[in-house]
Amino acid sequence: MSEWTFIALLFVISLVTPLLPIILGRILGPHKPNAIKNDTYECGIETVGDTWVQFKVQYYIFALVFLVFDIEVVFMYPWAVAYNRLPLFGVVAGVIFIVTLAEALIYAWRKGALEWL
Amino acid sequence: MTITPVTIAFAIMAIFALGGGLGVVANRNLVHAALFLVLSLFGIAGLFVLLEAPFLAAVQVLVYVGAISVLITITIMVTRRIMGITETINRQWPVAAIAAALTLVTLGFVILSQFSGQMPVADVPPDTIARMGAAFASHQGYMLPFEVASVLLLAALIGAIVVARD
Amino acid sequence: MADVFTTIYDWLTGLLAGWGASQLVIDLVMGLLGSIITVVYLLTLALVIIWVERKFIGRVQDRIGPNRVGPWGIFQNIADVVKLLFKEIIIPKGADLIPFMLAPAITVASVFLIWAAIPYARTLIGTDVNIGVLYLVAVSSLGVMAILMAGWSSNNKYALLGAFRAVAMLVSYEVPMILALLVPVILSGTLRVNGIVEGQGVWYVFSMPLAALIFYIAQVAEVGRSPFDVLEAESEIVAGFHTEYSGMAFAMFYLAEFLHAFTISAMTATLFFGGWRGPFAQQYPTLGIVYFFIKTFLLYMLNVWGRATLPRLRIDQIMSFCWKFLTPLALVLLVLSTLVDKVASILLEDVVPNYYAAGSLVEMLPRSAVLLSVNLLVGLLAVVWIARQGRKERQRLAALTSPAPIERQAAR
Repeated sequence: MSEWTFIALLFVISLVTPLLPIILGRILGPHKPNAIKNDTYECGIETVGDTWVQFKVQYYIFALVFLVFDIEVVFMYPWAVAYNRLPLFGVVAGVIFIVTLAEALIYAWRKGALEWL
Repeated sequence: MTITPVTIAFAIMAIFALGGGLGVVANRNLVHAALFLVLSLFGIAGLFVLLEAPFLAAVQVLVYVGAISVLITITIMVTRRIMGITETINRQWPVAAIAAALTLVTLGFVILSQFSGQMPVADVPPDTIARMGAAFASHQGYMLPFEVASVLLLAALIGAIVVARD
Repeated sequence: MADVFTTIYDWLTGLLAGWGASQLVIDLVMGLLGSIITVVYLLTLALVIIWVERKFIGRVQDRIGPNRVGPWGIFQNIADVVKLLFKEIIIPKGADLIPFMLAPAITVASVFLIWAAIPYARTLIGTDVNIGVLYLVAVSSLGVMAILMAGWSSNNKYALLGAFRAVAMLVSYEVPMILALLVPVILSGTLRVNGIVEGQGVWYVFSMPLAALIFYIAQVAEVGRSPFDVLEAESEIVAGFHTEYSGMAFAMFYLAEFLHAFTISAMTATLFFGGWRGPFAQQYPTLGIVYFFIKTFLLYMLNVWGRATLPRLRIDQIMSFCWKFLTPLALVLLVLSTLVDKVASILLEDVVPNYYAAGSLVEMLPRSAVLLSVNLLVGLLAVVWIARQGRKERQRLAALTSPAPIERQAAR
């Protein structure tokens, strides 16, 4: 439990540390907002339309495939820690797990879900 | 009840978890609601640490904050009507309030009667993760759920790709 | 003098206990001191390594690099910081203020937090959490959320587009990274980072070089450095998710990127190159920190060298490289090496007494030899496969742009 006090303290300090220079920059820097400077940047021309982005399903699919693999690898970490004392059968069990998820990757690949259109 | 540092940490994490949850529900702006969700998940990760389950805390941050929140936020950010949702107060909110209150009373009663207000933290052996791994790969352990989980993930991925392609 | 760190620590805690502080207060004070020291030394280190990098890249590109401000330009970074401090932080119209200001802070925090679990020497580590490696991965994944916050709160569709691209790329490269990270855990049987370092009698880069390579490449892509720096390239979507940031807020993103590059070198050095291990590092822990920083610095120079010389990849090339090469390679490597390793341990049970030894050079040799041969085999297969794919691609392109009409005309 005392291990985590360090992490909590470091978290607080490392959140405060970037905020201090930013606040300092706000104090020291000039404050001259005008309409042109505050305008949204669009390579020098006026912004056209609302700030929204056309939904490309690719973003969603990549995040989804990552989610599935993330959960898979989280399952594999305890197996990896216990690896040294597992019998061959235990290793085969883990390999079956990996192979099932490799199948998932192959499916996604063949269905063209991993293309960046 | 003595105020130990663990109690203070628990209070902070509970405030994150509950306050984040309130923020999710009560916020008009969907993106702000997603950010409050991240705060709430952090609170839960902190609670896991306090329960001496750091593995679950790391998994919570890695999977929930790192993957699921990102997925939810991406989805929110690309739907059109985002800012300033007009009033969508549910007409049936009295019924929902009663159902939630009943759930709270039932759960509270069960927990209080079982543990009589104390929070038993069992002795955690130092090598939990190694034991978990050994259990994942042994007959007498959890090998079947382990493999079933992989098939479940496979099915989830296939389903998601099929749905997303339409 | 052998163990400076324990000496100082004991002296300080003794001092505090002498003033009548309870154990809790001692923990808090030492933790606070450690955090402040970590943050301060990382910030100063950032100044130094940015200067080294700029000079190095300058020399590679046949120019001198910064040399005006101070002798050999060593004060260049301080001048940059002062300039950025006095610049106005322009808040674009319609921007969401709190996520706008929090995003650089969270990005920097996600880098600093990694240093809590990295051992500088046998007795000097922030905190040796018993889930060390998982903690490192979990903290690295915090930066993704910060990028989304930055892109969204800028109220700029190009920043949002850049943020989505950045998130897609970062999230994809986490998969080969966490797969390759299983390898040190398998070899040492523990998640604790100090445990992994202590188990490296033979450095893991020598027994599983392919895993180290996959890890390093995936980490370089996580940082967003060349050749994967499509996210902030000037010819790409303006400046990506930090388009609307100026002044000190931008400086924080800049700082976080350089620190992250140094941090991944530290992580690779710890997990694959033996961290603080070296001659006499066990008996004299003070030497450990020297070895650690030498290794980290060399790996960082490797990164800078890649940045100076390699061309930038396109985003679709980056994504196919991750999902269609690195991830299958990591999976195949894992399956083959675990199977072969376990079979070898069973076959060699009588010949080799302690196959699963960790920590001593001699005892780990048989296992390292077995794993090295598996790695070389898989690497060879991968190279052959790439060559074949490359040949197919070249033939396809040659068929598309064949000069047939002109030849026919010349033959006539």
